[in-house]
Amino acid sequence: MIRVENINKVFGENHILHDFSASFESGKVNLIIGQSGQGKSVLAKCIVGLMEVTSGNIFYDDLNFTEMDRKERKEIHKEIGMLFQGSALFDSMTVEENIMFPLSMFTKMSKKEMLDRANFCLERVNLEGRNKLMPAECSGGMQKRVAIARAIAMNPKYLFCDEPNSGLDPSTSILIDNLIQELTYEYNMTTIVITHDMNSVIEIGDNITFIHQGYNWWTGTKEEIIKTENKEIIDFVYASKFMKSLKGKLG
Amino acid sequence: MSYIESTGKYVGLIRRVFSRPERFKVYYSRTITEIMTIGLSSIGIVIILSVFMGAVTVIQTASNMDSPLLPRYTIGYITRSSTILEFSPTIISLILAGKVGSNIASEIGTMRVTEQIDALEIMGVNSASFLILPKIIAAVFFFPFLIVLSMGMSLIGGYMAVYFSGLASTEEYLFGIRSFFKISDVTYALQKTAVFAFIMTSVSSYYGYSTKGGALAVGKSSTDAVVWSSILILLANFILTQLLLL
Repeated sequence: MIRVENINKVFGENHILHDFSASFESGKVNLIIGQSGQGKSVLAKCIVGLMEVTSGNIFYDDLNFTEMDRKERKEIHKEIGMLFQGSALFDSMTVEENIMFPLSMFTKMSKKEMLDRANFCLERVNLEGRNKLMPAECSGGMQKRVAIARAIAMNPKYLFCDEPNSGLDPSTSILIDNLIQELTYEYNMTTIVITHDMNSVIEIGDNITFIHQGYNWWTGTKEEIIKTENKEIIDFVYASKFMKSLKGKLG
Repeated sequence: MSYIESTGKYVGLIRRVFSRPERFKVYYSRTITEIMTIGLSSIGIVIILSVFMGAVTVIQTASNMDSPLLPRYTIGYITRSSTILEFSPTIISLILAGKVGSNIASEIGTMRVTEQIDALEIMGVNSASFLILPKIIAAVFFFPFLIVLSMGMSLIGGYMAVYFSGLASTEEYLFGIRSFFKISDVTYALQKTAVFAFIMTSVSSYYGYSTKGGALAVGKSSTDAVVWSSILILLANFILTQLLLL
């Protein structure tokens, strides 16, 4: 479980996050949604420690991450898997080497054991046999799946996904979403997905946090978000003509 | 103020670079790779530049020797001295700062803007040390070999110039390059090279590592890396010459 308490993040004159509090449960897919520029990615970067919060606390289970030194944070980082918006695969390494990389850095596994683990992870994301491809030879969807395989290689307790569907077609997006959901349930991970894709919200959102102007505007489930009367959420969820027409049909 | 801030950030980065590596084995293999990437791949350009540098030095020296009292072997002597003391360590380092420096800054800069460095940090890897330390070690270790090669090729270039132009006899040239030879000159040149190698790799890595933005920012980092590496190499050259030769 990850808990954030009264987080503030200020860049010069810009106050990005305002007293943001939320809790993200383990074994569930926790979505952070909101329009672009509302502070979603900043929030995610603060939670994983890529940015420092101006004030407030972040807890991984009961450990206060904000008070940890670099060495202690490193131990937490070993339990985090992250899927970046652009996949962030190491382009000088093959698919297999990308997945084996965290294992080679932090475990004492033999080459064969690492290879077995890499093959297992590749199989898990339906990419068996693609070991020797370079990232540049993979499609966008494949790159995302390789990044997921790398993220789960160390059996993480926490999985972060920053806009996992950006740049993907609808069917590949659903594939990625379902994969994230399956892995979350299978390994009982605390998964946080940053997205503004409504399909993802409906498909996999167990807990949804709506961020607006840096505030935690609303929290609920996917069933609740469809019925909410909150104006900002309605503007966000039903922004497209398709969703508007769907809403009209559903009454 | 921004220069002071940049210096502070550079020092902070270097401290992170020299912190204890997570896995020596991985760092070792990365260092070998870097020796091949930034060292061995530079052999060709070093040979070409050095041969012409030596040849031009011979022609320029000969054309400026108006006095008949000066023995012709002076051409070889001046070529050797200027090559060992200055041309090979400094000029070749400046050229390597252009080639290797821009390569390092753009490689690390691209990793920064494509979030590969963030990915390393999230895994718990000290990205500064992982990416930069092998490059520094590779350059500091291997560039002195390149400079020794450059010295040799430069003298061969001078020999060829003498042979084809007839500005002096080859015997006079060979006598000249062996006259008044001090091994300490070579030691001095290699010490300078090691310092220059550190400057060009660390400064270029700093600019790459602190890239913010997209493709344009990577290009700017690459340019800044070459400019500042070159300036700092020249400054270090001045200081080291004062310290080591006087």
